[in-house]
Amino acid sequence: MSFINESFIPVKIHIKEQPKSFERFGAQWTPTIQLLDSDGTKRHQIEGFLPADDFLAQLKLGLAHSAFARQEFKDAESYYEDVANTLPKSDAAAEALYWLGVSRYKGSGDPGFLRQTAEAFKTRFQDSSWAKKASVWA
Amino acid sequence: MSIVWTKDVDQALADARAGARPVLLDFSAAPM
Repeated sequence: MSFINESFIPVKIHIKEQPKSFERFGAQWTPTIQLLDSDGTKRHQIEGFLPADDFLAQLKLGLAHSAFARQEFKDAESYYEDVANTLPKSDAAAEALYWLGVSRYKGSGDPGFLRQTAEAFKTRFQDSSWAKKASVWA
Repeated sequence: MSIVWTKDVDQALADARAGARPVLLDFSAAPM
């Protein structure tokens, strides 16, 4: 709970109270969680219920995507690394490992980070779609 | 500690622009 209060400005939108907000932001199902940057740009969306660890991983992935979009690659790296390493059983972990490599590459210009990421996928999350996507970097 | 929710999206976006934090929207149909 403190993670949410410290990391976000949380807004509760109930279908019976604010149906127009559902239309405004394109929410089509509940529960839906959206993470918005300060300019209102949607950076991440979670649809449907998730167990606690998966939900936490998705929120951190959203923070990472938001930092990445602002080209704050060191911050993005930190969040992606956190998800990949501390929540490795979550569905978000493989995606986080992929984007960790991209963030390191974008922050440094060194394509070696992409090759390292492809190598990492040979021993982690091998069956994920993200491993397939990273395989082109090997 | 419980989550400190607001219901005012536009105020939340204004607060975010002021340099606070990203906005988390929770679209719900749970019984009130």
